[in-house]
Amino acid sequence: MIGVVGTVPDRDFPLVTGETRLKDDSIYIRGRNIPVNRGTPALLAAAIRAGEVLGQPAPFSYLVGDIGLGDGSRRLYEYLTRHLGQSDPRSKSGRGFQAITFHYLQPDVDWHNRVLFAVEEMERRPVLIADAGFMYAAKMSGQSPQYDLFTPDIGELAFLADEEAPHPFYTRGFILHEENRVPELIARAYKHKNAARCLLVKGKQDYVADQKGIIVTVDIYVEESMEAIGGTGDTLTGIVTALIGTGMEVAKAAIIAARVNRLAGSYAKPTPATQVMDIIQHIPTALAKILNENEKGEVWAKQS
Amino acid sequence: MSFWGFLKPKKEKRSPESGQDRGILVFEHTSEVIKAESVLKKAGWKIRVMGPPPEIRSGCDLVIEIPLIEELNILRSLEEAGASPLEIVPVSSPLLQPVDLFQNKDFGKYLMIRAANMKLTIEKETETIVNISGGGCPDVPYLASKMVGMSLNEAPSPQEIGHTLCGYALQLAYEEMRRR
Repeated sequence: MIGVVGTVPDRDFPLVTGETRLKDDSIYIRGRNIPVNRGTPALLAAAIRAGEVLGQPAPFSYLVGDIGLGDGSRRLYEYLTRHLGQSDPRSKSGRGFQAITFHYLQPDVDWHNRVLFAVEEMERRPVLIADAGFMYAAKMSGQSPQYDLFTPDIGELAFLADEEAPHPFYTRGFILHEENRVPELIARAYKHKNAARCLLVKGKQDYVADQKGIIVTVDIYVEESMEAIGGTGDTLTGIVTALIGTGMEVAKAAIIAARVNRLAGSYAKPTPATQVMDIIQHIPTALAKILNENEKGEVWAKQS
Repeated sequence: MSFWGFLKPKKEKRSPESGQDRGILVFEHTSEVIKAESVLKKAGWKIRVMGPPPEIRSGCDLVIEIPLIEELNILRSLEEAGASPLEIVPVSSPLLQPVDLFQNKDFGKYLMIRAANMKLTIEKETETIVNISGGGCPDVPYLASKMVGMSLNEAPSPQEIGHTLCGYALQLAYEEMRRR
């Protein structure tokens, strides 16, 4: 089972935890529905669709309403510090989380560190994935190497590469966010210990990298419009979470997820006005095709 | 903790007080510091008044430390109270400046502008906001839900309804789009 921690853009949405399902254009948890637009609901929708193909159970989510004031995030952080180490929902079935993804949360270094300590208390340490606000907090805390996977876009990679910047808003100008400087930015992020064990960098080309450098560049199914579409990075993080949830090795899951997300985007014939749900519905077909190719070894065809 | 947990090597713990996610408000006069402190404390912000770091060469002898991520929301509160600071800088590196580089991508019918980690896309003919992408703070999905589908002129600005540095970056992209 996978765990997903994040927020929904509704201040009145209470803190809820539980199995999460997708029906039409909304996710459902504990009798509540949330429209899939972007952010954590988009991540969950992608993970659910991918999980269905992979024969995985529904994700277990920890969700709260937060519109940027940070109040919801802090309530959720506090809940996690009390419950993450003890009440593992998988323990009832004797399994536990294979992976946990932390997503759209108000970046807060103090709370981040407390949550990380709670993770250390878990019976079995899951694969740790961070994206969005929680990834910002992980970088600021200096604890990035504790994570197994970060999924930044190019702008966020520049932030990880800038050892001084407390947020992408303050990334220094000489660290330009340009696609052709990605290898340099990756190296700089690792040099200053501001990267997870593995990086999946989202962009016109996707890059899977580790401390030794770029493992694979994924540049198939190029759709320029994808960069403009809100939530396409969230779907990529959702797909890679679902794949890691099967026990797949992180770098391999990242390569497959990048291909699946790009193919699903291509199937949607996107324009910059396309909305992310139009892409999510193509994930099952795209995943089935890429997994089939993977069995034939084609997914490893282009390695740097 | 699991039975074997005590055998794990202890991780280096960086103090939460290391200031990585804190910012500093710089004011011209001490009286403004006192006013701003009162406004922010009444609003429930976790702040503290302190002496300025040596890198800061402007302003008076006191500064206010704030949670940097929530800069946009804090600035709005101070502006409403007539207590705007001279500048805001990160505690970790007071000489850092907000990003001022914009990148645009012309899709023909659509135009996208990126500022830092935030991207705003409009349909050129109607000036309708068709997408907002990037960012990682919780106000990004909220801002998108309020702005996408509206024209640039009608949509609320991120400065009005955003709260975080991601919202601030989106504001810069929004201003740049309007400027064009």
